[in-house]
Amino acid sequence: MSDHILLPEGSIEKQTTTLNLGPTHPATHGVFQNILELDGERIMKATSTVGYIHRAFEKIAERRPLYQITPLTDRLNYCSSPINNMGWHLTCEKLLNVSTPKRVDYLRVIIMELARISDHLICNSIVGVDSGAYSGFLYVMQFRELIYEIYEEVCGSRLTTNIGRIGGFERNFTNTAFEKLEKFLDEKTGYPAQLREFENLFTRNRIFMDRTIGCGPITAERAMNYGFTGPNLRAAGVDYDVRVHSPYSSYQDFDFTVPVGTTGDCYDRFLVRNQEMWQSLSILNQAYKKVQEFKGAEADVFHADVPAYYLPEKKDVYTKMEALIYHFKIVMGETEMPVGEVYNSVEGANGELGYYLISDGGRTPYRLHFRRPCFIYYQAYPELIKDGMLSDAVITMSSLNLIAGELDA
Amino acid sequence: MLTNEIIQQKLTEKFGDVLTDWQEPYGMLTFTAPNELNLKVLQFLFDDADLKFNFLTDLQAVHYPDNKGAELAVVYHLHNWVDNIRIRFKVFADINQPDVFSATALYQSANFMERETYDFFGVNFVGHPNLIRILNVDEMDYFPMRKEFPLEDQTRIDKDDEMFGRG
Repeated sequence: MSDHILLPEGSIEKQTTTLNLGPTHPATHGVFQNILELDGERIMKATSTVGYIHRAFEKIAERRPLYQITPLTDRLNYCSSPINNMGWHLTCEKLLNVSTPKRVDYLRVIIMELARISDHLICNSIVGVDSGAYSGFLYVMQFRELIYEIYEEVCGSRLTTNIGRIGGFERNFTNTAFEKLEKFLDEKTGYPAQLREFENLFTRNRIFMDRTIGCGPITAERAMNYGFTGPNLRAAGVDYDVRVHSPYSSYQDFDFTVPVGTTGDCYDRFLVRNQEMWQSLSILNQAYKKVQEFKGAEADVFHADVPAYYLPEKKDVYTKMEALIYHFKIVMGETEMPVGEVYNSVEGANGELGYYLISDGGRTPYRLHFRRPCFIYYQAYPELIKDGMLSDAVITMSSLNLIAGELDA
Repeated sequence: MLTNEIIQQKLTEKFGDVLTDWQEPYGMLTFTAPNELNLKVLQFLFDDADLKFNFLTDLQAVHYPDNKGAELAVVYHLHNWVDNIRIRFKVFADINQPDVFSATALYQSANFMERETYDFFGVNFVGHPNLIRILNVDEMDYFPMRKEFPLEDQTRIDKDDEMFGRG
C-alpha cells in the first residue's frame, strides 16, 4: 500500500465542498460574501460576512447639522433614496415640532410611492434575471428611467437624490414633472400597461413558478423573530405596514390595501411586491388628484412656513435680510435644537426604516442610529437557504431585496 | 386599549421601584432598567398577555462619557403590533466592564444588532453565540463610535494630505 499517492490529511474524509460565493460574485448583486458548505449542489451550511462597504455614516452624522445628513441617507437604500430622505426629514420635523401643509404631504407621498415602485420593479425583475428570464428586466427599466426623470425635475439628481428639505421641498413641482407623472400613470401607454405585461411574463409562467415556489420559505413566527419587516414579512402572512400602523405624511388620507402572502417563499415575495406596485399606482392616482385640487395660492405651497429650519431659496438669500440670516444660521448649524430623543420610522421599500435621533441641543445629533431593515433580516439568509440548491440561494438572495449600501451603512 | 400608563403600572407592579427615569419623549414611553434585569424585562414584556411586546424593532448603544460608572447605554426599542404601541428602555453599563445579557435567545434578530453594538461600542453581550466584529475589520482594536474618537477636524493644516486632493 505504500506506493499509493497520499492525499493531504482530510481531503478524502471531507465529504462537503467549501464554496466562496461573493463578495464580488455577479449573482449576488452587491458586496455579499457567503461561505457555503456544499454536499453536491445542496447547501449544508452558510456563513455570511457583511461590512465590505461600511462608510461610518452614524459617526459622520455626529458632526453634521441636520440638513447635511440628508445626503448620507441617500446612500443607504440607493434604489429608493427619496424614501430615506423623506424619512429623515420627517424625523427632523418630529424633533423640531414642525407640521407640514397637506400639499407637501401629498407631494411627498407621490415621490415616496414612485420610489417604492422603482425599488420593487428592480427587485422583481432581478428575480426574473436570476431565474433565467432577462426580458422582463429590460421592459420595466424604461419606466425606472421615467421615474428618475421625475426626480430630476423635482430635485435635479437621479440616484442619490437629496430630495426635499426639512419642512417641504426645495422648489415646487414643475409642470413637466406633472406631465411626466401623467405619462407614467397612463393606463394604456404608461406603467400600468407595462406592469400587466410584466406579470403576464412571470406570474403564471410554469418555469418561473417551478423555480420560485417553495424556494427560501419562512414562517410568520420565524420572520417576526428574525425582525423581518416590509414585503418579506408580508409575504409570510403578517400584515404589518408602517404606512397603516403609524401613518406619516398623511397616508391616512389614502385608500389602499396591504397585500399579504402565505408561505413566505420567493414566489410569494414576488407576488406581494407586484401587488404593492398596483397599490402604489392607486395611491399615486389618488395623490395626484388631491394635489390638483389645490388652486391659486394654495397650489404654490411646497414647504411649511418655518423659516428657522427651512433652508431658504437662493434668490431670497441674495435679496432678503431675513432669508440671509436664516440661511447663515441653518448652514452654520446655529439653529435652536430642542433636547430630546426621537424614534421615527417610515415604510421603506424593503421594510421599516427607522431613525433614532438623540439631540443634546448642540448643532449636530448626539447620536443617530439608522434602523436598516435589510441589515436585520439578512441574518435569516443562512437559515433560508439551508438544505436548498445553490441556484435557489441566488434567487432567494435577490428576492429578499438586499441592498449592500443599506446593509453596511 | 393599551396606554403608556397601563404599561408603566404593570411594569411597576412586576419589578417595583428598580425601573426608573420614566419619561415620554415624543409620546414614546421610556424607562431605565437595572443592567442585570434587561432579559427579565424583555421576557415579561414579551410573555405578558396584555403587553405583548413581540417585536424587537431596534437595539443600539449610546456613549455618555460624563456618566461615570454607567457610560454605555444599551437602548431597546420594542413594538407591540396588536395594540400598535412602542416603548423604549435602556440599561446602563460601566465602560470598564460593559457586560449586558444577550437577547439572542428571545429574539434571533438581536444577533446582528448586538454584534454591531459590540463592534462600535464594545458592549460585551453575555451569552451571545458569535460575538465578533461585523462591519469593521477584525483587526480593529478599538470601538470607533465611542466619544473619545472625534472625527478629524476638517480645518486642520498640519497634515500633508496631497494624496487626498486637499493639500
